[in-house]
Formats: sequence, structure tokens, C-alpha cells
Amino acid sequence: MTTTARDALIRAGRSRLTWPVLALVALLLVNVIVTPSFFDIRLQDGHLYGSLIDILKNGAPTLLIALGMTLVIATRGIDLSVGAVVAIAGAVACTSIAGAADSGGAAAAFTGIGLALLLCAVLGFWNGFLVSVLGIQPIIATLVLMITGRGIAMLITDGQIVTVNNPYYAGVGAGFVVLPVAILISVGMFALVGLVTRRTALGMLIESVGINPKASRLAGVRSRTIVWTVYVFCALCAAVGGLMISSNVSAADANNAGLWIELDAILAVVIGGTALSGGRYSLTGTLVGALLIQTLTTTVYTTGIAPEITLVFKALVVIVVCLIQAPKARALLRRRRTPVAPPNAAAPPEPAVAVETTPTRKVGQR
Amino acid sequence: MTETLSAAPPAATAEPIVDMRGISIEFPGVKALQDVDFRLFPGEVHALMGENGAGKSTLIKALTGVYSVDSGVTRLAGRPVTFSGPAAAQDAGISTVYQEVNLCTNLTVAENILLGREPRRFGAIDARAMRVRAAELLDRIGLDIDPVSVLGSHPIAVQQLVAIARAVAVDSHVLVLDEPTSSLDSDEVAELFRTMRVLRDNGVAILFVTHFIDQVYEISDRMTVLRNGRLVGEYATAELSRIGLVSAMIGRELGELEEVERLATHDTAERSAPPVLRAKGLGRSGAIEPFDLEINPGEVVGLAGLLGSGRTELARLLFGADRADSGRVEVGGNPLHLRGPRTAIAAGIAFCSEDRKGEGLIPDLSVRDNLVLAMQAARGWTRPIPRRVKNELVESYLETLDIRPRDPDALIRNLSGGNQQKVLLARWLVTKPKLLILDEPTRGIDVGAKAQIQKLVAELAAEGLAIVFISAELEEVVRISDRIVVLRDRRKVAELAGPDVGVDEVMDLIASGEPERERAAS
Repeated sequence: MTTTARDALIRAGRSRLTWPVLALVALLLVNVIVTPSFFDIRLQDGHLYGSLIDILKNGAPTLLIALGMTLVIATRGIDLSVGAVVAIAGAVACTSIAGAADSGGAAAAFTGIGLALLLCAVLGFWNGFLVSVLGIQPIIATLVLMITGRGIAMLITDGQIVTVNNPYYAGVGAGFVVLPVAILISVGMFALVGLVTRRTALGMLIESVGINPKASRLAGVRSRTIVWTVYVFCALCAAVGGLMISSNVSAADANNAGLWIELDAILAVVIGGTALSGGRYSLTGTLVGALLIQTLTTTVYTTGIAPEITLVFKALVVIVVCLIQAPKARALLRRRRTPVAPPNAAAPPEPAVAVETTPTRKVGQR
Repeated sequence: MTETLSAAPPAATAEPIVDMRGISIEFPGVKALQDVDFRLFPGEVHALMGENGAGKSTLIKALTGVYSVDSGVTRLAGRPVTFSGPAAAQDAGISTVYQEVNLCTNLTVAENILLGREPRRFGAIDARAMRVRAAELLDRIGLDIDPVSVLGSHPIAVQQLVAIARAVAVDSHVLVLDEPTSSLDSDEVAELFRTMRVLRDNGVAILFVTHFIDQVYEISDRMTVLRNGRLVGEYATAELSRIGLVSAMIGRELGELEEVERLATHDTAERSAPPVLRAKGLGRSGAIEPFDLEINPGEVVGLAGLLGSGRTELARLLFGADRADSGRVEVGGNPLHLRGPRTAIAAGIAFCSEDRKGEGLIPDLSVRDNLVLAMQAARGWTRPIPRRVKNELVESYLETLDIRPRDPDALIRNLSGGNQQKVLLARWLVTKPKLLILDEPTRGIDVGAKAQIQKLVAELAAEGLAIVFISAELEEVVRISDRIVVLRDRRKVAELAGPDVGVDEVMDLIASGEPERERAAS
């Protein structure tokens, strides 16, 4: 009984990720066919180069933001403002560095980065406040910052593209420690969050708040604090993602930095099998989802798909992956290859009453 | 299964409207139904009986097209049918009202009744015609409410009746009522039965599921009993005694049910310990008038009153689920500022809500996670309960409370109502509370589980736990409580104690409600 149950569980756990992983593999194969050297990785000056590394590096910001988004979505929320936060993070950091006395020094870089993270944490605090304290629907609450955020970034940069020349700052997005620093940051954060949520009780509490907030509150879970924190964390992820994007080009573009990245992040989460209705989430799924999206973008370039049909191609792949993941489609597929459960201990044995003893209270004694 | 043949169909009609033969349904690892036959005749009220997990819901869902069957044939008026879904079943004339109200609380009563079949005029919804039609339908079931009022503004009981009005709105030959009475008070039940009789006399076949055995004998003509996914038999109600029915359902002798006859000891001897909880002038406007209440260790305090009398509201104030706007609370002799459930839990107060689905379960989490949720929340997220401790804890509660299946990894949504309720009880018991507030812990669960829970309450009290027990069933409250607080119209009207308190006396008070007639135990 337990073995069949476990098998069923494993099967279910696998099926959730089967299709995104297959899609990812298929895309990679397409690339190898078009560009035979696609899987080649070279070591040059102690740095690793190659198409796969590029995918990881370019996907690092989306990956990081999708990480924050996963937790937000797990609590039944959504954060549309991450793209704006990306722009603000870059704007604050670059403006601060450009305005510093020693604009090429380490101190200027760290001040800029620190300021950006601080401001973005405040913005996340604001989102969390609107959602968890005022009870505004997340999609509306974060829409506020999505729209005003770009305006704030424009104000900070005076509407200009601010360029900086600071090697320390450039290190975040363009630096290497064998692998690009951006990859290390994103993967490191992923591992850390995975560890923290699954090794402590945080993951379970987040899921319980996402599945049934009322019941969680009555069971004594700090629903409000959890939801609030998750928005702050998501904004911080977006901030770091913004720093990567801006430092990679040593410039802050308030208009275009992180444009539509919120949609990529949400898509990555959904492809990864975390339902938008909240509850159970899968970080591994999000990882696969983010990689799939980035590989898709890369594929479009390497296969030389005409720019005017790029979006259509992307859309097609996304539709196929989502359709194939939909419960109905999955049910159809399952019915096709029905694994008949072996006749087992289905009918429980005759009930035996648990509390056997007669209550030991003395009757009518006063 | 010889009874199947002996049960006489109602006179005049020989052809069943629904005839299910050899129905089997299997879920991964569970045979929910095995080779079950079921017949329903026009113009009868047919009770479907069985413990939780016996397969009642599965059979209903097979009939109404929610589940597809693995084997077996369903005939509707003689023709074999396979429904692709609930809508198809409804089109074929099978309407269903589920236990949990499945309506849109944000729409009006009229919109809910006619949802999906609104009268139209030039392609647009004809609001006036809709109002008129809804009013007719409400009238037909004798429910006097404004059709344009928002459904959510009515109590659950009224919503239930609206759901029935909705089911009646379609010209259905078969009406399935899945525990329609679990949230109704006796007047409303009488009202519902009147409606059911009218429909029955018009030739509608009614399938009725309930846990209230009295109601089965009051309304049903015949019954089918299931146990563990198998058919036990089909009986004419008049020919089966109550004891016979119960033993058919649970498949064991009834000794233990009778043991629970009278659990309360009314031992109101001098107590040296301070009360676990003392409330003074606690109240919340619009919910319950200020009341005083003391609860002592080892005492079961029953709250009796009709639906909407303030039972649940009182309990929620004690737990801090709702904020009181007057009065104060002392726990163990010390004042406690109840800011919310967390402060209450920290002070040793636990609360099982009456709304199991909405305020208790975390349906997508496992039994294990559900069981340790309150304990984990109290410890904080940084201090997870060590896996070994957790497993031992969960195993021991699955064992003691006889929770089935005995699988900590099962999702709690897949458990039957009684087992879900036991997990929720266990969730609080692991926190070692001093005061346990149980709001309708036995609602909608079967006889066996009910007896187990009642016994458990008595045992816990014997161990010194203070318990507040709420139930719509007066007999149950009277049997189990040492002291009974009677509520009426959102006000505490009396407190009764002593072994001679009977159902009649409580009923009198609920009905007449002479305020503040305190009657000590002498």
C-alpha cells in the first residue's frame, strides 16, 4: 500500500515537471542541430565561456526575480512591480555612483548598491503593506508601483540614460569568478531560499497561508507577517536583478531596464507548476521555467528566426507547454496510459474504535 | 445482499427512474465503490445511509456525472446513460444540492437561483422577469426573502434553502440532497421536509443523505445502506428498526453508542483551582451582548441555542478570532488582552471552527502538516519540529483518534469529514491547551466518529481540560455538558447545571428566553 502510494506520488511529482523539462531538452537539441558547437564550453583566462553559460548569465535576473515571484504567488499574491523595481535599482545605483566624488572607487560602488537595495526594500515594504495590512488585491496593489515605479526611476535619472565607469559595480553583472558572477548570485540565492524554506518550517507556513489564509490565522500562523515579508523579499530579488542588468551595461535606462520582466517571471513560475491560485510551490519548477524561457529567447537568435515572427514563435512554445501542463490535458494523457492500481488494501479492515475505555468520571457525585 | 430483492418498491410504480447496477469506482489505491446496486423510484424519498467513507458521496457523484465509473451501468428511466459531467446529468433531469453551499455569495438570491438559465429579452438578461420567476420559486419552497438581496447577507441555512430553490427551478425528475439539513434548525428542517413532500407527491424521486437518523425515519420511504464501499442492503424504512439501521451502517454492536448515553458528571464540587477562563461583560456589538462566563478545569460547558443565537460569536470572542469591544478576559486568574488567535493560543486556548472547510483545513497539505500546523506556528518558523518527533507525534494521534487512512502523507482533502475533524482536533491537542473550544465538532459526521468524538471530549475533561462544546443538537449538548449556557437572540439568557437538566428545560429557555434567569445547581 505504501509502496504504491509512494510510486503514485513520485509519478505525480515527476509529471508536474516532465513537460517543461522535455521542452527544455527539445529546445537545446534544436540548438545543437542548428549550431553543432552549442554545447561547447571553453575555459579562457580562467573564465568559462559558451552558449550554455550565456543562457545562464542572461537568464540570471529573470531567474532571481522568478524566485521572489514564486514565494509571492505561493501566498496567493502576485507582484507586477518587479520590472519597475529593476529600473529603480539601476537608476539609484548609477545615479549615486555617477554623483560620487570618487566615481570609480569601491566605496562609491558599494554605497550605490546599498542605497538601491535599501530603497527597493522600502518599495517591497510598501507593496506588502498594501496587500497584507490594507487587504488590497495584490494585482491592484502592485500595479500602483508598476506604473509609478518607472516614473520614479525617470525622476532619479532626470530622464537620461546614466552611464557609469566603475569596475566594482560592473563586477556584479559582467564580472567572472570562473563563472559569471550573476549566475553565482542567482544560483546561490536559489539554493539558499530552497534550504531555508524547506529545512525550516517557513515553506509549510507559506503554503498554508496561500492555501487557506483564514484557517492559518486561526491556527496561529502569522499570516500578515509572512505575506508582508514575502513582498519585501521579492522586491529585493528584483533589486539585485536590476543591479545585474544595469551593471552589465554600466548604465541605467529608466525606460527599458527590466521592461516586461514581470511577465517572464510569472510565466517561469507558472511553467514550473506553481498555481497562480497559491499554495503548493516548486522552486525547482521555477528554475526549469526560467531556463526554458531564456533558452527560448536564445534559440530565436541562434536559429535566425526572422525578428517579425519571434514573438509568435515564443508564444507558440509557451502555449504548447502550458496546454500540455493543464490538468485537463494531463488527465486525458493519463487516461490514455492508465496505470491500473493493483488490488490492494483499499477497503480498510473493520473499524475498531479508538477510545475503548469507558469515561472514568464519577457519575452524579456532588 | 438478499435484502435487495425483498425491499418492496413503492406502490403504483414498478419502474425505477434510476437503476444503477454493479457500480465500481476506483481511485489510486482506494476502491471507493465495489459492485454497488442502487435503485430510485419516482415519488419516493430514498435515504442513502452509511458512515463517513462508506461511499455515499462517491455514489452520488457517480450518479450526477462528477465521476465516471470504472464498471457498471446506470439506467435513467430504462435507458443506459453515461454523463460527461454534472451539466449533462442536470440536463437529463438530475439536480443536486450539496452539503456545502455551492453558490455565489456575491450575487443576489434571484441571480443565484437562475444562474445559467436567466430569462432573456432581446438577448439581454431580463432583470424583472428574473425577479418574478425567482420570487415564485422561493414561494414554492416557502422561503420569504427578498429575491434581490445579496445571497451572502443571509445565514448559511437560508443559503441552503436557496440552493434547493435553485435545484427545484429545473424540471428535474431526480433531486439529490446531500446533507441538506446539517446547518438547518428544526423549523427550517420542517420547512424543507414540507417542500420535499410536495415534490415527492408530484412524482419527483428524491435521494436524501443525512446523518440525522430521526430525520430519515421522519421523511424517507426506503433506504440504501453502504459500508466500506459495498452495498449492505436496500430496505423499506418502515421495516427496519433504528438499531438495525445503525448496526447495518457500522457493522458492529451498539454497546458503545449506549455507553455515551450520559457522559456529564455534573461534579460541581468545591474547586480550589481558579477558573481556566473568566469573562466579564465580554461583548461585541452586532455579534453578542456582553456576557459573564467562567470555565473551570475539567468542566464541559455546553452552549445551547438556535442557529444565529450567538453561540459561534461567543466562542470566537473567547478565542480572539473576533475582537471584543467591551469587557475583559482573565486566564488562570491573570488578565489577558486578547489581540488575536495567537495571544489566545499562547494562553492555552484552542478553537475548532464550525466551518471545517473554510476555517480549519489546509486542504492541499498532508495530514501530517495539518496536524502539526498550530504547534509549528506557535514555535515560529525558525524552529521546525524535528522530523522524528513530528512523525512519532503524528503516528500516535492517528492511532489514538483512529484516523483513516493511517497515512500521514495523505492530503487531508481526500479524507472523509469525520476523519478531517479528528485531524483538526489533534491539531489542537498537540498544543496541550488548557481550554478547548469546539464549535459543532460533530456536525456532518457519521455515528461512529461522532461517538468517538463525544467520548474523547469526556475523557479530556476527566483529565482536567476545560471544554466549551457547541452543537445544534440539543440532546448532544445536554448529554455531554456539566453546565449549559443558553443563548437566545445574541444574548446569554441562562446558565443551567445539575444532573436533572433535561432537553425540555433547555428547549423552554431557548423558546421563551426569560433573560438572566440564573439557576444554580443548588
